[in-house]
Amino acid sequence: MDHDRYPDSLIRDVLAGVKTVAMVGASSNWNRPSYFVMKYLQTKRYRVIPVNPRDAGQEILGEAVYASLAEIPDRFDMVDIFRNSEAADAITDEAIALAPEKGISVIWMQLTVRNDEAAARAEAADLTVIMNHCPKIEYGRLHGELGWSGMNSGMISSKRRRLRG
Amino acid sequence: MSENDNGENENSAAGEGFGFGYGFDTLSIHAGAAPDPATGARQTPIYQTTSFVFDDADHAASLFNLQTYGYIYSRLTNPTVAVLEERLAALEGGRGTTCTASGHAAQMLTMSALMDVGDDFVASRNLYGGSVTQFSQTFKRFGWTCNFVDPGDPQNFKAAIGPKTKAIFVETLANPGGIIVDIEPVAEIAHKDGIPLIVDSTLATPYLNKPFDWGADLAIHSTTKYLSGNGTSIGGGVVDSGNFDWAQNDKFPALAAADPAYHGLVFAETFGDMAFTMKGHAVGLRDLGASMAPMNAFLTLNGIETLALRMQRHIENAQAVAEYLSKHPAVAWVSYAGLLDSPYHALAKKYFPKGPGALFTFGVKGGYEAGIKMVEVCQLFSHLANIGDTRSLIIHPASTTHRQLEPAERAASGAGDDVVRLSIGIETVEDIIRDLDQALNYATGR
Repeated sequence: MDHDRYPDSLIRDVLAGVKTVAMVGASSNWNRPSYFVMKYLQTKRYRVIPVNPRDAGQEILGEAVYASLAEIPDRFDMVDIFRNSEAADAITDEAIALAPEKGISVIWMQLTVRNDEAAARAEAADLTVIMNHCPKIEYGRLHGELGWSGMNSGMISSKRRRLRG
Repeated sequence: MSENDNGENENSAAGEGFGFGYGFDTLSIHAGAAPDPATGARQTPIYQTTSFVFDDADHAASLFNLQTYGYIYSRLTNPTVAVLEERLAALEGGRGTTCTASGHAAQMLTMSALMDVGDDFVASRNLYGGSVTQFSQTFKRFGWTCNFVDPGDPQNFKAAIGPKTKAIFVETLANPGGIIVDIEPVAEIAHKDGIPLIVDSTLATPYLNKPFDWGADLAIHSTTKYLSGNGTSIGGGVVDSGNFDWAQNDKFPALAAADPAYHGLVFAETFGDMAFTMKGHAVGLRDLGASMAPMNAFLTLNGIETLALRMQRHIENAQAVAEYLSKHPAVAWVSYAGLLDSPYHALAKKYFPKGPGALFTFGVKGGYEAGIKMVEVCQLFSHLANIGDTRSLIIHPASTTHRQLEPAERAASGAGDDVVRLSIGIETVEDIIRDLDQALNYATGR
């Protein structure tokens, strides 16, 4: 897997396949990037389960916060890492260990987060790994929303996008 | 074609690609524009509306907090303008664009994001006269100082950088004509001091030169010129490469420190390489208010569809006219970097392999009076202040565009008394040459 560039088809398959995301490093502060992403993904009908030891037992955006991935009682498909690249080591190892029990198939590391050793271990365990990307930006880019704020999505289409609802 | 659980069409023409592999001509026609989701309209609709409804209070809150993508009010963003913004970003190979009411507004918006009272920036002295006036007069009243330097030696920029310097500003292909700035070493100088290089690339257009390929960080355009090409619409924009790290030092608090107007949001942290473009809309257009009208964006988009074809003809005609004038008895000199004897010919080969634009100057024998006389008797050339039109345009800068400058400033910026500026159009080249010939002969009494 080339982790410098991901084909659109890979990102699209990940975002289309995933239903529930465990977000490690989710913040209860509405002005933090993780809160932006969680709120956005919820509007796109993903369930996002926040993980943050500091806020364990509280709620963020209507979801209970857990101290670790292991403490989440429900199954989840993807782990979204909102921590630094070093912290991604232990989180990835925990996710690999929990993958069969929880149904985890994707490890996603946020923009600026990249840990190639952790990614190699996860891929050896048959998990898909995306690093140094943001699911909010990628979802917006692939669904024609990113350009609404003047951004270059790199997407061209002669097809009419179907409206929601 | 597949569909995700949001009922949205997952199919995109990017197919299995990486999304960024299209050619320039394809991007000129398609980037940013997809068939209208509501109607299937293939051409970009003109969203002539001030405002956009919210789904509910929570959606409104998300939009105002910048937490989701969407439209609020056309002073900030508008769907027609957004198509132009994405197209410009795609053509320049940048991350995003903030379009504005004019090129001058783009400069104002850009500097307002970088400068505080007491700050300064360094600019090439070879700039469009209107930019010189904006920088030296109006910006001064905001407490922003512009220090102009001769761009001929890149070290002149280095020498002018001080502790409060926030940017270097150049036109690679300078207006009024013939001068090319070696921007690659200038970008290195800027980056060593932790400041961005801003390039006004209006005369180049991304077809002739892409400033980001040479290290520039922001590209400014007057879309009024070649991009629209049809002389219908005033407009501008600033394209961000996404490459400059605004948080690398403490020089850019508007981007890298908490923004009190957004409850402490840090744009560089939350939006990463999109920070400048987000700031440009959410703060720049919101507070300065110099937004582009949707109709102007629509007309400009229609122009850009043929940008590559037009530029090919523009540079072909410009080369032919410059060569003709260089042999004309009534012409003292021609300043076009496409001529072999131009001191900028080597730089033209480096930065403008297709051709160094279609705007240049020449000296008419007989000076100020002959210059005025000549522009007045042209029949095909239009005597007006614009440039970059499909039509050939002529002006005598000393008595018009550059008349606000002092004589010494005029001469320094290449607008001396005998200077005539031509913006070569895409008419039949023999007709262009015939018109110039008769005007020159009349003005010089031949």
